[in-house]
Amino acid sequence: MVDPGWYMALAAALFFIGAVGLLVRRNALIMFMCIELMLNAVNLTLISAGRALNDINGQVAVFFILVVAAAEVVVGLAIIVSIFRLRASASVDELSDMRG
Amino acid sequence: MGILRMTELLWLIIALPLAGAVILHFFGRFLKEPLSGWLASAAIAGSFAVALVGAIPFLQGGEHGETLLLWAWMPAIGANLEILWDPLSALMALIVTGVGALIHVFAIGYMHGDERFHRFFTNLNLFAASMLTLVLAGNYAMLFLGWELVGLCSYLLIGFWHTLPAPPPAAKKAFVVNRIGDFGLMVGLMIVFTTFGTLSYSGIFESAGAELTTGMATAVGLLFLVGAAGKSAQIPLYVWLPDAMEGPTPVSALIHAATMVTAGVYLIARSAAIYELSTIAQVTVATIGALTAIWAASIALAQRDIKKVLAYSTVSQLGYMFLAVGATAYVAGIFHLMTHAFFKALLFLGAGSVIHAMSDEQDMHKMGGLLKRMPVTAWTMGIATLAIAGIPPLAGFWSKDEILASAFARSGWFSVLWVIGLVTALITAFYMTRQWVMVFLGEPRWEDGADPHEAPRVMTLPLVVLAVLSVIGGLVNTPFRLTLEHFLEPAFEAVTLQHPPEGAFMFILLAGLSVMAGLAGAGAAFLTYRQPTQNWLDFEHGFEPLWGTWERAYRVDDVYGKLIVAPGRKTAEAAAFSVDLPVIDGAVNGVARIVRGLGDWARPLQTGFVRNYGALFLAGTVVVVVWLVMGS
Repeated sequence: MVDPGWYMALAAALFFIGAVGLLVRRNALIMFMCIELMLNAVNLTLISAGRALNDINGQVAVFFILVVAAAEVVVGLAIIVSIFRLRASASVDELSDMRG
Repeated sequence: MGILRMTELLWLIIALPLAGAVILHFFGRFLKEPLSGWLASAAIAGSFAVALVGAIPFLQGGEHGETLLLWAWMPAIGANLEILWDPLSALMALIVTGVGALIHVFAIGYMHGDERFHRFFTNLNLFAASMLTLVLAGNYAMLFLGWELVGLCSYLLIGFWHTLPAPPPAAKKAFVVNRIGDFGLMVGLMIVFTTFGTLSYSGIFESAGAELTTGMATAVGLLFLVGAAGKSAQIPLYVWLPDAMEGPTPVSALIHAATMVTAGVYLIARSAAIYELSTIAQVTVATIGALTAIWAASIALAQRDIKKVLAYSTVSQLGYMFLAVGATAYVAGIFHLMTHAFFKALLFLGAGSVIHAMSDEQDMHKMGGLLKRMPVTAWTMGIATLAIAGIPPLAGFWSKDEILASAFARSGWFSVLWVIGLVTALITAFYMTRQWVMVFLGEPRWEDGADPHEAPRVMTLPLVVLAVLSVIGGLVNTPFRLTLEHFLEPAFEAVTLQHPPEGAFMFILLAGLSVMAGLAGAGAAFLTYRQPTQNWLDFEHGFEPLWGTWERAYRVDDVYGKLIVAPGRKTAEAAAFSVDLPVIDGAVNGVARIVRGLGDWARPLQTGFVRNYGALFLAGTVVVVVWLVMGS
């Protein structure tokens, strides 16, 4: 068996890549993909931890997260598509109307 | 009709005019004009009837009277709604309601056509109720309640014609000057309370000798004097009374002649047990009284306005009453209070009749020759003039002479005050006769278009009644038959009462002197003003600059204006513009500015950029995770 620690390290790296990507990219769709990446990194962490502790709850949690992620994507993409229809641009920098 | 049965109904004396005021306040405008006036008059006449029946037990003399508890408001400090029904309060109630009823009836005629007719009678009834509260009170708290209420009613009634320019400042002046006096009264009451632990008359007067030191009694006596000087227009707080003439003449007659202004005299008479303990206070009261009497009389000499003469005359006659109660001749003082109510009310109502006939002209230089046109007014005012001048056997002679004789009998410093009183009597006779002659005799100096006629019967009838009272009113207390003294004796049992000297010789000597003073003054005025107008105008000019000083009332108002009003106004302006505006408003505005500043500082956080928010989000998460991992 591969040491679960390696999987967690991979997950951490994925999470970090996703976080940086979220901050750096302008395109809303890319930002969404980064969010998905972070979520999946978390999923990987949970499964590894479940394996390491021999607890099924890790995989149960992953189920939950997958479902929630799916729902969130549905709603988020709907919003982005609406915005895109309105502005013909997917850049989030242009969505600053609610400044103080 | 024993006092036991009547006592239960005594509260009606206050309740009837109070009910009248309340009813007229809410429903007065639905009543047609004279009806509200008659309702008000009926209320106060009803009080008179109740008081009369209630006073019957005192006529036999020796009855002490009792206290009727209406409502135990604050029994711990002796401040209840209770009526003290003794000879003194009964007499005061009779004067207030009797003369008051006559004035109410007169006012029905005088205020005819006024668009706030019913409002006038609302206020008049309210005043009557307040004054009765004052005189019937069984403790100082209730007295003070009535004291303040009559001040309020005075303000309302002086400023009745509030759309005109002059009445509102006059009303304010009356209220403010009264307030200064009230301050003295309040401090005096505080001392009384801390000494006796109660404000109830029975708790105080019985143990006054035991509880009060001479010093405390002097302090209380002087402080009460301040209050009384305010309410009863003595030096230095008399300045509001001449201004109060801006009110309708029935108001001047009722409040500023017959009733409210006597409250100070009543206060001192009622507090006799306290004054008993302090000669200094007594002397001060009497001296203030005598000085005020002569001061005001000299001013009255030179006045042109018919009501101003009477206003200063009232101040002067009140001075006589203060002289009396200061000399502990309480019966004499109250006696003069009563006779003064008769003839001064008559004089004011008569003046009202004249003003009414002359279409609101009040300058005596524009009158003259009214005797034939207004005989009833003229003759009744003539009787009142003789009464106030102290011509026997009219009322004023008996009461004024008793005061002067009592002062003489007290001797020492009081002999000086007696001389002042005697000289004042001469001046009084002079200026009153001057007024009568100037108004009713001589050639008419009317303005064009004036057509004076006698007043309607609703106005002349009270004049006649008061004239009769001015004639026979003095007979209740002549040296031959001291009916009034016996009546009032139970109220003044515990104190030393000053009397005139015994014996026929002294009586004839002293009475003779005052009668001569009166005749001299009256005669001189008659001879002077009987002459053609230019002659007496020259006579008056001949006394310049003294005459002018008297006419301007020694410029006391100007002095007060410079010394008190102007600094007061400056202080108020400083407080308003230098303290309130910058400091207090500044503080409040400053708080708002700070809040806005904070908002301006925090606003840049809301950039609207999603990525900024995301970054913050991430940073926060890192912090939380680190914190959790650290385990703290």
